[in-house]
Formats: sequence, C-alpha cells, structure tokens
Amino acid sequence: MLFDKFQDMADFQAELAQRQVTPFGAVTEKILSATEGIVEGRQVILAGTNNYLGLSYDPRCIKAAQDAAQQWGTGTTGSRLANGSFAEHQALESEIAAFYGLDHAIVFSTGYAATMGMCATLAGPGDVILMDADSHASIYSGVKQSGAEIIRFKHSNPEDLAKRMRRLGDRAGQALIIAEGIYSMLGDVAPLQEIAAIKREYGGYLLLDEAHSMGALGDTGRGAAQAAGVEADVDFTVGTFSKSLGSIGGFCVSRHAELEAIRFCISAYIFTASSSPSIIASTREALRIIGQEPERRTRLWDNANRLYQGLKSLGLAVGPTASPVVAVEMVDRSQTIDCWKALLEAGVYVNLVIPPASPSTNFLLRNSVSAAHSSEQIDTIIAAYAGLRDTGLLPVSQDS
Amino acid sequence: MTDYQEYLDFLCSALESQNKKNIPLNENTALVADIGLSSLEVMEYIEKIEDHFDISIPLNILPDVNTIGELAHKVKELNL
Ligand SMILES: Cc1ncc(COP(=O)(O)O)c(C=O)c1O
Repeated sequence: MLFDKFQDMADFQAELAQRQVTPFGAVTEKILSATEGIVEGRQVILAGTNNYLGLSYDPRCIKAAQDAAQQWGTGTTGSRLANGSFAEHQALESEIAAFYGLDHAIVFSTGYAATMGMCATLAGPGDVILMDADSHASIYSGVKQSGAEIIRFKHSNPEDLAKRMRRLGDRAGQALIIAEGIYSMLGDVAPLQEIAAIKREYGGYLLLDEAHSMGALGDTGRGAAQAAGVEADVDFTVGTFSKSLGSIGGFCVSRHAELEAIRFCISAYIFTASSSPSIIASTREALRIIGQEPERRTRLWDNANRLYQGLKSLGLAVGPTASPVVAVEMVDRSQTIDCWKALLEAGVYVNLVIPPASPSTNFLLRNSVSAAHSSEQIDTIIAAYAGLRDTGLLPVSQDS
Repeated sequence: MTDYQEYLDFLCSALESQNKKNIPLNENTALVADIGLSSLEVMEYIEKIEDHFDISIPLNILPDVNTIGELAHKVKELNL
C-alpha cells in the first residue's frame, strides 16, 4: 500500500495527541519580542529559534521591509532567471559578496535551496563527493540528486577524511568535500584547520555550510572558516538568512568566477520564485547591522556560555563545548517528550529533536541562544531545567 | 585478485559480532530483513569492510544491496 510507510509516523502523532503535547509545529500565537512569545496559549521565553543575533524583530529591519513592500509590492511572482531579479536582489548579492570579501555570490529563496542546489549541481556523474556523515538534510538531498559518487566520512573526523582522500588516489584532486561550520543539532564546530590541511595535501574543493555559524563566529561574523583562519581554503560558502539575519533566504559565495555560469545550472535557483523584495530589504539591513554591531556577537557568546555552564553544572548531558546551540541529549523518547512539555509549562520553548534529525539514536532538547536574551532569561531557562531535574524527569549524566 | 568466495567469507565472518539472532549467514542472508541490522549497524558493518579492504564504499550502491552476497559482489567490483 502506498501509505503503509507512513503508519509509524501516524501512530507517533496519535500518541502525541493523546498525551496532549505538540512538539512538532507548536503554534506561536503571538510574538512579543525576539525572545518572547505566546506559544500554545502560554507566554514563554523562546529558546529554540536560531535567532542568534536577535534581529528578527529589529525595528530597522522591519522598517526596511515595510518600505520595500511599499515600493516593490509583495512578491516578485517569478524566477530570478525570468522576471524575478529586482535591483534589491542584485544589491544583496553584491553586499553578501563584499561581506565575505569575494567577488561572486548567488542569492537563493531559502537556505535549503542554497545548500541543496549547490550540492546537487557542483559535482555530477563521474565526480566524487566526500561528505560529513552528520550533514544536514539539505546536503543529503542535494548530493543524492547530483549523480556523483557519494562517500561519507565520520563526523568531524579528519583522520577518516584523510584516509578516504588517500583511497581516492588520482581522483582526490577533483573531489568535493562538504562540511558545516557549527553543526545544527549539537552545536559542535567542524575541525576546519585539519580539514583545510587535508585539502591542501590531497587537493579537491571544499564546500562549507555556515548556516549556523554565519554571524556567530569569526572576527567580522563570516563564520567558522574565518574563526579558524582558513577562509582561503574554502571554495564555496553556503549559508542562510533565516538564522543570524532573522529573515529567510540563502546564499552561496565563492572566489571562483565559474559561479556565474553555475548559477544558470541550479534547478533550485531557476525553477522557483525569487524572494519577495521586503525579505531582501530586511536581510540587507540585517547584514549592515551585523557589520556595524559586533557587540551582538559578544552578547551571544556571553549568553551561550552562561546557558552551557548552567546546564552542565546541573549535571545534564550537554556537548563538549559551549556554543550558541546547547543540546541536552536523552536516551528515552517518552521521557524527552515529557521534559519538552514540562519546559513549555515552565515558560520555556525549546526544540524537541528525534532521530534521524538528531545525529545518533538519541533524542535532544535543543536550545538555541540569542544575543537578545537577557541574563535573567538565561537564568530562567536554567531554572526550568533544574526543576525538571529535581522532579526526576531529567536524568543527570554519570560524570557530574 | 581475490575471488567472490573470499569476499563472501570475509563479509560473513565480519558480521558474526552483529548477528544477534545467531542465524546462519550465507550469501542469501538479508542484512536488514533477516539479521535485523539498524541503519547505524549497517554503517558500522560497512566501515569494517572498508577498513579491511582499504576502500570506500559509496552510499549510492546501498539501495541495490539487500543480501550479503549482493554486497560481496559490489565490494569485489570496487576492489578491482
Ligand atoms: C546546516 C543547514 N543548512 C541549511 C539549512 C536550511 O536553511 P533554511 O532553514 O534557512 O532553509 C539549515 C537550517 O535549517 C541548516 O541547519
């Protein structure tokens, strides 16, 4: 039967409904600020939004969007290749290229389209892709479409990557290596100096997805490659406007002039309408702001460290280092769901993550921190977790 | 050059530690349907094979592989 394969999901959704819990697609009824809203009838601190720099509700970005809607209308009603390239789109392309100090940029309608589109197009039949095993769904989806040979290396494991490059022999020089900056689920950062060194030794091309690290890492917020000092080794950087920039859309920047030809070969760029001008305008404003207000990044990391240390000292199973994404790993699905619900009832919205979105068979309570959180809000989040621990809902890790 | 039987022998022996149901392993044994390997266990198994033969097994071939015998044929081709 066509629908048989959906039965497990239908059963899971029925179980959630019966437990009166809505972790997937909980409805935000009202947004009060970048860090507060009414979710499922409750006023909560938003601690699972990827709104790293707090720009989604910045008055300057809102004004830019309003003005652009007034001037350009609500949508472009067409592809970038047809009627959908407005002066706004072109300006954003120049500005994002300049932000990265590069000459070539493509703006996409979503981050997913940017990553998926580049991964699907750069390598093709006869080529080989070496991808991190814990890559985002947009990368998996892209490489599957590419027609290239797909080889995975162990997550953030340079030795495994080097071994697989060696095994490729002469083909290594043409291989496309794919990694991310900050990994979205556990908040860990790729070992980019080691990966860059391997690329220098064996050759190949490096595509880096900075979706969660743009704005959060690097002296000027370009991301993990800038922080690691290896930007010259990155051939293609992809990213999104939907996290640090608080809007929606995606981009690819490159030093390779070939990007201008590649643009016309990417289905995810050609066969979809371009972003509405109001979105582009708010993104341009946000990009300008992150260039001018580096203190946002400082506040983000202060908050990240505060939350990480707080949860760690409660004995919870957080990752190895502090990061704007702080995830608590859990083994039991039912217990994780109960915790998610109790956190919401305590006034804290976080993300519930289940396999295969989580990188192992574990379940996650995924928190993302914002520069816009106050220290008091971070402390409230920690206190909510402490409450769960004290009621025995949340297991503490062995080594605490 | 190693022949098919040698690949098959190695692939069966490498699977013993993951053969929780202790079923007899031969070329017609299915990795998921018979042995019940999860996708993570399949990846662990693949890695053992990769390291033994010093090859990388591309993801692309996995949809065509159900049984140990089918995998042995693929590994033989890759290792030529
Ligand atoms: C690594 C990575 N790449 C791409 C995307 C897609 O970005 P967007 O949600 O803006 O489409 C995301 C986020 O969902 C991501 O985490």
